[in-house]
Amino acid sequence: MNVDETDLPGLGRRKDFMTASGRRIGVVELREGTMELIVSTWDDPDTCQASVPLTGDEASTLGNLLGGQHLAMKLSEEHREIPGIVTRQFSIAPDSPFQNQPMGKACIRTRCGVSIVAIMREGEVLPSPGPDVVLHSGDLLVAVGTQEGLDSAADILRNG
Amino acid sequence: MDPLALTLIELGAVVFCLGLLARLAGRIGMSPIPLYLVGGLAFGAGGVVKLEGMQEFAHLSGEIGVILLLLMLGLEYTAAELFTGLRRSWQAGVLDLVLNFIPGAALALLLGWGTVGAMVMGGVTYISSSGIAAKVITDLGRIGNRETPVVLSILVFEDLAMAVYLPILTATLAGVSFLGGLTTVAISLAVVTVVLMVALRHGHRVSQAVHSENSEVFLLNLLGAALLVAGVASAMQVSAAVGAFMLGIAISGATAHNATRILEPLRDLFAAIFFVAFGLNTDPSSIPPVLGWALVLAVLTAATKMLTGIWAAKRAGIARPGRFRAGAALIARGEFSIVIAGLAVASGVVPDELAALATAYVLIMAILGPLAARYVEPALKAFRRPARVAA
Repeated sequence: MNVDETDLPGLGRRKDFMTASGRRIGVVELREGTMELIVSTWDDPDTCQASVPLTGDEASTLGNLLGGQHLAMKLSEEHREIPGIVTRQFSIAPDSPFQNQPMGKACIRTRCGVSIVAIMREGEVLPSPGPDVVLHSGDLLVAVGTQEGLDSAADILRNG
Repeated sequence: MDPLALTLIELGAVVFCLGLLARLAGRIGMSPIPLYLVGGLAFGAGGVVKLEGMQEFAHLSGEIGVILLLLMLGLEYTAAELFTGLRRSWQAGVLDLVLNFIPGAALALLLGWGTVGAMVMGGVTYISSSGIAAKVITDLGRIGNRETPVVLSILVFEDLAMAVYLPILTATLAGVSFLGGLTTVAISLAVVTVVLMVALRHGHRVSQAVHSENSEVFLLNLLGAALLVAGVASAMQVSAAVGAFMLGIAISGATAHNATRILEPLRDLFAAIFFVAFGLNTDPSSIPPVLGWALVLAVLTAATKMLTGIWAAKRAGIARPGRFRAGAALIARGEFSIVIAGLAVASGVVPDELAALATAYVLIMAILGPLAARYVEPALKAFRRPARVAA
């Protein structure tokens, strides 16, 4: 993917690219450290229909959502031949009992037979995380297991 | 009354009024600069109320205001950005200079203000207000637009051109001979180049020298350094403001970011007093006679800025609406036009009508600029639709 980077003297830097559907999408990193998500209009790719200010947390959450979706799609593709196996994403809420705890504490594999195959954090993928990886609020866990196992894993992550 | 008490009361009243004006400006979404100017006109010679006690303070504060304006302008850019901006936009920058300097200069010659007057008025009509332009771009959500870097690079070019123009202007106003003038130009060009080079390679050292974790120490370091550099530059006849601008460019990275935050309130205060001080020295009754010329100049230079923007955006491969948006964003004139006119008025070698014309012109342009930027697109659409129906 070819991302254009343009200096905005005095304001910051713009990074964007053209989508297949003909819309320009990207971010503007402002001097003050905040970010704006920009999407161009249909009729004029030069102008922006929306520029949404995002805090650092919001930006990384959005990154996880987008990246996580992609990863989950790839995984379900791979697991399609195995009936009964499903991929799902869990996000760690700020009030989750496992926030700032090592993942092993939740004992998800032992209790529900579900594997956490990756963690998305700040737009980065941590593949095959070990039990000592510490979970943070905003993390997106990509899990593989049976439908029932995933349901109980979701409950564990939310309520302990 | 005790002179001190009088000064304090006057100053307090003026600053309080400025606060009210700034609030009004914010409420109706316009730049406060024209309102400050009107405030100055009301308080000054021949105005509604005449203030005597604060003249001296207003004068010195105004000077500090100019230094802070230019210092903060320098802080906004890193040397690397200036270089890329220059490389990307020099053709547009030169066109901008030619198209927008000539109307002001020509009118000054027509009115018989001589070459010095032409130098000044050319500068007044040339320089866009980067403050107003940046605010308009942010407020209208155009930061992510494709024409925005084009507009910003032109503004960068203008700011660099200022760094060369101001010393020349200072020398001309001081009545330096042609040869002496050439020397100043050479000195200022050399200084600008050296500072840019130093800032590019050793900017972090300059930053280190003024930086401090303690915000009080940092503020005093910054302000002290700015006034020192400005003073030395002024003594070398290179214009105090340019010295401050160069210091701003040399300070970079996180230090520049912190400096901006810490200096902003000071700049707002002193710059507001600067605009008032400029208004104070202008007799409101001198404005109506030049209002017609100011309007002519406004229409003409709005068109020339528009052309500049359209041309530059077209070169950057931007479609029709974006070209017009780029042009309109450049129309506003403001703080720097007043800085230039202020220098000229302070030197006393230009006629009083020049101050009146510059005031009227900036009043119009500071209001017209943001309006043009906002309504250029709807206007363009309204203009195009009937044409399409007819076709």
